[in-house]
Amino acid sequence: MMDGAGRGIQQIERDGDVVLARQMARQLAEEIGFSRAEQALIATAVSELARNIVNYAGSGMIAVTKNLRGRNIGLTITATDDGPGIADLDAAMVDGFSTGNSLGLGLPGTRRIMDEFEISSPPGNGLTVIATKWAFE
Amino acid sequence: MSVRVPILRQGETLISSIQEELSDTEILDLQSRLMEQVVRHNATGVVVDVGALDVLDSFGTRMLCDIASAVQLRGARMCIVGIQPEVAFSMVLLGVTLKDVPTALDLDRGLALLARKG
Repeated sequence: MMDGAGRGIQQIERDGDVVLARQMARQLAEEIGFSRAEQALIATAVSELARNIVNYAGSGMIAVTKNLRGRNIGLTITATDDGPGIADLDAAMVDGFSTGNSLGLGLPGTRRIMDEFEISSPPGNGLTVIATKWAFE
Repeated sequence: MSVRVPILRQGETLISSIQEELSDTEILDLQSRLMEQVVRHNATGVVVDVGALDVLDSFGTRMLCDIASAVQLRGARMCIVGIQPEVAFSMVLLGVTLKDVPTALDLDRGLALLARKG
């Protein structure tokens, strides 16, 4: 849920939560002033990250925050889960790699959509993805 | 609350217009009901209108492709209409395509496309 101060958090446990997460992200993206096309990109990235949580981790969280850096304003998505994580992150970032029943486009596709993308999977600590899109003037 | 996408019939064509964002479960429900209707009415064409969707992610796209493949195996053809420009751009960046499924701008053109090739 949005807190009115440029931050929203959505627990992800069921596939219905994926829809809620991308609606939340779109709302914040609109508030920040992203174009409709950029809002769609952000909502798509959130959708992929949230679906990964449902499919591979079972439960986790998506947070979206307004991000200010210098004169730039952006939106940062943080996806965290308590799942098994990913042993080979490099392989997971290649198009078409999937251990599940999917196209394997979620993570590499999300990286293409966003301006900044960090992924980490410390052993035993699930998967964390932090991705930012900047609203360039 | 679960969303049930309406499926209309016009002659031998089924028309399904997705009016709001669907969860995965709801897309799967649409898939099974569309197939059931194709069989029941011996439909030769299916048009799925996604004009109201502002996100089509990799799962949604794959489901649409799966539905189209199943419809095709029944001897019918499916066309997807109304993909919004910003949705199309997101899909390209994401890396998903609908290259095996015909698309058209709107319902009229989708119906014309199915009629022409039928």
